[in-house]
Parts: sequence; C-alpha cells; structure tokens
Amino acid sequence: LTTIMAVEFDDGVVIGADSRTTTGAYIANRVTDKLTPIHDRIFCCRSGSAADTQAVADAVSYQLGFHSIELDEPPLVQTAANLFKQMCYRYREELMAGIIVAGWDKRRGGQVYTVPMGGMLVRQPVSVGGSGSSYIYGFIDSNYRSGMSKEECLRFTAEALALAMERDGSSGGVARLAAITEAGLERTVILGNQLPTFFSA
Amino acid sequence: MALSHVFETPVSGFNFENSTRNILLENVLDEGKTKAPKPLKTGTTIAGVVYKNGVVLGADTRATSSEVVADKTCAKIHYIAPNIYCCGAGTAADTEKTTDLLSSNLTIFSMNSGRNPRVVMAANILQDILFRYRGMIGANLILGGVDCTGNHLYRVGPFGSMDKVPYLAMGSGDLAAMGILEDRFKVNMEVEEAKTLVCDAIHAGIMTDLGSGNNIDLCIITRRGVDYIRPYQESEYKQRRQEKYKYKPGTTPVLTENIVPLELELVHEMVQTMETA
Repeated sequence: LTTIMAVEFDDGVVIGADSRTTTGAYIANRVTDKLTPIHDRIFCCRSGSAADTQAVADAVSYQLGFHSIELDEPPLVQTAANLFKQMCYRYREELMAGIIVAGWDKRRGGQVYTVPMGGMLVRQPVSVGGSGSSYIYGFIDSNYRSGMSKEECLRFTAEALALAMERDGSSGGVARLAAITEAGLERTVILGNQLPTFFSA
Repeated sequence: MALSHVFETPVSGFNFENSTRNILLENVLDEGKTKAPKPLKTGTTIAGVVYKNGVVLGADTRATSSEVVADKTCAKIHYIAPNIYCCGAGTAADTEKTTDLLSSNLTIFSMNSGRNPRVVMAANILQDILFRYRGMIGANLILGGVDCTGNHLYRVGPFGSMDKVPYLAMGSGDLAAMGILEDRFKVNMEVEEAKTLVCDAIHAGIMTDLGSGNNIDLCIITRRGVDYIRPYQESEYKQRRQEKYKYKPGTTPVLTENIVPLELELVHEMVQTMETA
C-alpha cells in the first residue's frame, strides 16, 4: 500500500512518502503525491485506500479551514489531528485509512500525530505508517536521535523510505519529502535512481 | 421547472445507507443464495495524453455482451462541457449516466456563473458521487479538458479516488496501451505526435485485448475548441456484407387469406375543446 513517515525536529517537521498506488498487482499511478496539504503549515501523509483517505482529507481540510476563519488565526496541529481521529474512529468499520498528521503551529512548534486504522490518536516524535513501515521499525528505533537538524532529518527520512521501498512490493517509485517550518514549506522529490543505496544481496 | 435536487445541500458526514441495504438484501433474498446481479462490462481501451496545446483522448468502439459484440460503433468519449470530455470504462450504463449527471450539473453551474467549468471541478463532483456509492457504481473515467488554468488529465476510480497525471490508459486493454505510452510519451509534444501516440496506444489495446476492437475515436481539446474525430481510424478487419438482406415483395408465397371485419360499438363520446388563445 505505502510507506509514509514523519519526524519532529526543533523548528518543525519533516514528512516523507513513496509514490506508488496499486490496484491489485497493477501500479495505477507511479508518481502519486501522498503528502496532502490540510492547511498552510499542516500536512497529512495518507496510507490505505486512496479513495477513503482523499475523501477524509478533503472533509478535514474543509472543517479546519472553516475553524481557522472563525478563530482568525492559524489552526493547531492537534486540532487537525483530532478532526482526523473523530472521522476515522466514527467510521472505523467502513474506512481503511492510516494517516499521519504533521505540521507546525505557534503553540507547540513541530508536532507529529499518528492516526492509524481504527482511529487511535497519539503524538510521537517519529512515526511511520503503511505496509512498508514494518520493514523499517528496526532502522528507526536504532537511528533516531532527538535534537537532529533539518538536514539530518531529511537524510534520515530519505534513507528510511529507500530501505522500505527496496523491501516492500507495494511501495516504490519516487520519494517525496517536505520540510514544514514557521518560515514555510519546502518540497523535494528524490527520483528512483537517486535514492540512497544500501547493501543488496 | 427548476430541478431543486441538482443543488441539494449535502447531508453532513458520510452516508453508507446504500451499501448496508445491498448487504441486507443479499442476505434476505433466498437465504443468501441470491447474489446482486453482475453488471455488464464493456471491455475497453481508453487513453489520454496531455500535449503542448491541450489534451488528446482516445477510445476504441466495441461494446460486448459476454462473448458477442453488441455494438461495433459505441461512443465511449462523452461530452461533459464545451471544454471537457470524458472517456468511460467499466459498466456501460454507469459511465453513461454518471457523465450525463456531471454534464447537467456543470451546465447549470455555467449558466449560474457565466463561466466555463474547470476540469478540477468536474473531477471533484465525480469523486463526490462515486465515493458516496462506495464502489457500487462501476465507472472508471478519464477526464480531460482545457480551462483557464491549463491542460489537465484526471483519472477517477470507481471508489472515488482521483489522480492527476500527464498520460493515462484504462479499461481491460490498459496494460498494452500503457506499454506504448510509457515508451513514447514526452512532455510538450506537438499535436500530430500526440494523436499518433494515442492512436497507437489504443491500437495496441485492440490487438491484445478481446474486449476491445473495431474503430478508434479521437478527441482533441484545445483552448480554441474541440475536434471530435469519429472514427479516426477504421478497423482493417471490416467485413463487407456477402448478400443483400432486402427481400422483394412476393418472395414468400401466400397460401390462404381470411378477412374478418371487427364490429365496434360507439359507447361514449366526449369533446374537449383545446385552448388556442
């Protein structure tokens, strides 16, 4: 299905995803963008059913935009995460959606919240999701350190995604990364042949 | 008479009533032995490509009913708006009706706002409709068009997922067509190159897939207008009729003739004058 990942650092968050959407064994889209903007400084990484996650993300973008206009200030990442949780929990039987919400707000800086299938909500400094995540828990646990800089986080995410895409059949294509800070948003794409390489048998 | 249901205020949240109803029906009818009827698929190859000045959409023209070709000149490229056309694969009735519904909605929008609709708007409306029905509407659509923001090509799946891509093939012949597109697609092609590419992609689908065949239709959409070429390329396997199928009067001999007059009785006469004012 996917590999998605998000990491907090001092001034913001780094998020990343692969770009493969499959229908059965056929790759329907090999350049998908799974990092969806919900608000100016809040993104969500989508895994699971494309239709379900697109619909939920659209609904939450609308609700968050409305809420932000009412408040007349940028919304909190925790608010966005709670909106996702409410929708994913209420419709947990009908939806297949594993979402990581990440962004920056003034109150708590960079935050990563994970809303896996079933509708749990928990804040974590680093979070991975999707079918490819199973292969990189070891790498994440052994290589994550708190207090990394933005460049270190970007490299950490790129390496983790490359490892997952190498081993998981449902993940692949290009690696899309984004860094969200107070100043703004930087998106990068790492093409297939430019991904970090590791030992391959 | 204004149809109020076109702009109905959507109920908040998701509505899964129809899918629960379908499951209940399957369980209730015949103690679970009756299954929902399988929808008829067309078997298709459709493709779309974004080129320098617009979008080229292509489709084959075969509609099958199991193993018999039901229609040799089926039109799979549907009109949505003056600047937007849609190719449909999957269940024939579903693609037809969904695109009709979309076209009507966008016409009302155009009349209300005085603008040509944008392709992203058509894609969003399709997403809303298809997601609401949880995949029960078997419509795989390639939406292509040119609007004030540029040339766009969208794929909308039957469950309500949407992808924005520069080139695309769908239907039962999509694997073959995709092979051609992956090999020869380039960004910002000229119109003739794009037409040849789409035509070759559909042709590959026709040659490889039993459910696709007959002619190839092309639809070229640019800022200036639409060129709907039907057919762009005719099938090289067209067969000419061996004999005439019209029979002269007198071919069948008449053996006996029996005329029985019907007796009618006038029971009641009523005259209603029409208002011609």
